[in-house]
Amino acid sequence: MQPVPCSSLSEAPRTMKIGLFIPCFINELFPHVAMATLELLESLGCEVEFPLQQSCCGQPLANNGDSKGACDAARRFTGVFQQYDYVVAPSGSCVSHVTHHYDWYIAEDPAYQQLKPKVYEIIEFLQDVLKLEKLPKPVYFPHKVSIHQSCHGLRELHHASPSELMIPYQSRLENILKLVDGVDVLLPERRDECCGFGGTFCVDEPELSTAMGEDRIAQHEATGAEYIVGADPSCLMHMGGIIRHQGKQIRPLHIVEILTGRGAGA
Amino acid sequence: MKDDSVKHPQAAAEFLKDRAQAKWHDSAIWWVRQKRDAQAKQLPEWEELRRLAREIKAHTLSQLDDYLAQFEANAQKNGVTVHWAADADEHNRIVHGILAARQVKKLVKSKSMLTEECGLNPYLEQRGIEVVDTDLGERIVQLRHEAPSHIVMPAIHLKKEQISELFHKELGTEAGNNDPTYLTHAARANLREHFLTADAGLTGVNFAIAETGGVVVCTNEGNADLGTSLPPIHIASMGLEKIIPKLEHLGVFTRLLARSAIGSPVTTYTSHFHQARPGGEMHIVIVDNGRSDILGNEDFYQSLRCIRCGACMNTCPVYRRSSGFSYSYIIPGPIGSTLGPSRDMKKHGSMAFACSTCGSCSNVCPVKINLHEQLVLHRKKAFDQNLLPTGKKMGLLAMRFLTQHPALFDLGGKVMRKVVPIIPESLTRHSAWSRAGRDLPPMPAQSFKEQYQQRSQNKKDKQDKKDKEEQQ
Ligand code: SF4
Repeated sequence: MQPVPCSSLSEAPRTMKIGLFIPCFINELFPHVAMATLELLESLGCEVEFPLQQSCCGQPLANNGDSKGACDAARRFTGVFQQYDYVVAPSGSCVSHVTHHYDWYIAEDPAYQQLKPKVYEIIEFLQDVLKLEKLPKPVYFPHKVSIHQSCHGLRELHHASPSELMIPYQSRLENILKLVDGVDVLLPERRDECCGFGGTFCVDEPELSTAMGEDRIAQHEATGAEYIVGADPSCLMHMGGIIRHQGKQIRPLHIVEILTGRGAGA
Repeated sequence: MKDDSVKHPQAAAEFLKDRAQAKWHDSAIWWVRQKRDAQAKQLPEWEELRRLAREIKAHTLSQLDDYLAQFEANAQKNGVTVHWAADADEHNRIVHGILAARQVKKLVKSKSMLTEECGLNPYLEQRGIEVVDTDLGERIVQLRHEAPSHIVMPAIHLKKEQISELFHKELGTEAGNNDPTYLTHAARANLREHFLTADAGLTGVNFAIAETGGVVVCTNEGNADLGTSLPPIHIASMGLEKIIPKLEHLGVFTRLLARSAIGSPVTTYTSHFHQARPGGEMHIVIVDNGRSDILGNEDFYQSLRCIRCGACMNTCPVYRRSSGFSYSYIIPGPIGSTLGPSRDMKKHGSMAFACSTCGSCSNVCPVKINLHEQLVLHRKKAFDQNLLPTGKKMGLLAMRFLTQHPALFDLGGKVMRKVVPIIPESLTRHSAWSRAGRDLPPMPAQSFKEQYQQRSQNKKDKQDKKDKEEQQ
């Protein structure tokens, strides 16, 4: 089956429009991940717009107890994105804040309730909405990758079956990597332990956060992988900081960079 | 007693100085988590059991007054004396009153975090009563004059060498003999003496059954049984949330408890106490100590479903790498981090932030408490009560402002990207990001927004050019 172009999915007789949600730190520090996301969606036939008025979704504010700030950020997000048919972002954590925690702040807002089911993390969007069965252009990535399952993507968005729950195993990242040629997918010991980033936790408790990161990297390295591949740039940033500091060989890589075929050069 | 002035980040950093010890602590506890997984996997109905446990507890808490009254009436019918304690102090006074009236000189104790919570040991010791903790782990921390570092494995922070040294000093065991069997036998022989000479025994309570008025104590060493059958007086101290409605509900919890706690199918002993032994006395002290306040709180009442299995601390990556002593409240780890701040935000506020919000605790919890969410809700309280460090609060207020002003947000980002690469490393080295051994990410020349705008402009220019050409 060919990938279904976005325009054929909308039941309404108009073109379906995607609002690209690029979390603040990705915008500043990982523009290549954002660009890969945009290009991937466009090459699948989607009409994508990046609304310039967006800013932080408010997760750091919420996580530190600033409910007024979190509430204002949630309203702003809703205002900026409500006109789109879908909202897509390359970060499980930020998406899960919008879809799982805005209810703490603006549950009564009908515009938010309408928007909520339309907000997707990129891999979910590719799998659940576009029903992607083939990449837009074939990708050959002959490398060993160790999957980093970020916590919010895992336990709030159910990207994979968390190891604590006694439910059948499935993994979105593993499934989508099956579309890539040559890739060798590995799982680290303690399949889904936290890397220690945790938003501002990483600076509130730097020693602990770094110790968690070091352990996690060691588990990924032990698989023999060349890359740590995940769907959350924040965890990859934290582990990347340690990797660079220690001059390690293994490299963090966002999964969309592989799916667009950019990964090999990374 | 625990030191409630402890602040988690500093205590954790201190613990991590001995990285080898910290790694050992982490893997010792992870091993228990793996045993739990293996046991849970063997029950196809595991998730169903968790759902049932949650519902039974939720139902009980919604009618707690009635079930407590029913429990009291049935216990009294069995000839048990029931006491009510509003707080820790009243609990201690009641226990002391019972012991003093009967000239008790020595009390043997088993399985009670509640008496730790109430500070019973020092209270009785100051009044001339000898208190002996009889479970091995508790005995070890008692001899070291420490609080338990874990609710199920109180001495998990110690290696066998340290215990050997302690026993050599306190119990006269052979110096340098680290054999766990030898050490356990030595402790047992010593404890036997205490069991035989004690005048009263005190136990905790795992479950109190409203329908029968009986209490159930789950143990692995059998010390609760010795402590209640050798001396003539049995005092059982329980938090008021320990009630379950009927005996038939017990199986749901006993199936979950030992598997979640230590990864074994059941505890070695599951002892039911319904009345005093012939010629003896049995007392039950039902303790509130802040529980009613938590029950009345919409955001936090769920924490009263806790059956104290400790699975949340075993799975917690923060607890495993910082140990129980880095938490200020008597109960550490995820459940302690919600109970502590519920009790006293000023004292235990740092616990709510000792969490990466990974959510593993909520998934592992056999009664499905939304632990990681409760911690975030506590942070909200801390923020509102102005308990965040000033620097952090200023940072958040700045972020709050910038979030509403994207142009300024972008400017801030741009300044960061331009400035960071030219700051000398000697200045950034001490930042909270870098000091523990993380480099900053490389700063890209352009933000995505800038790239996107340029891309749109290029597209537009191309289109314009094409349009022009077509017109000509
Ligand atoms: S909160 Fe849940 S996992 Fe933690 S001790 Fe209580 S019952 Fe066990």
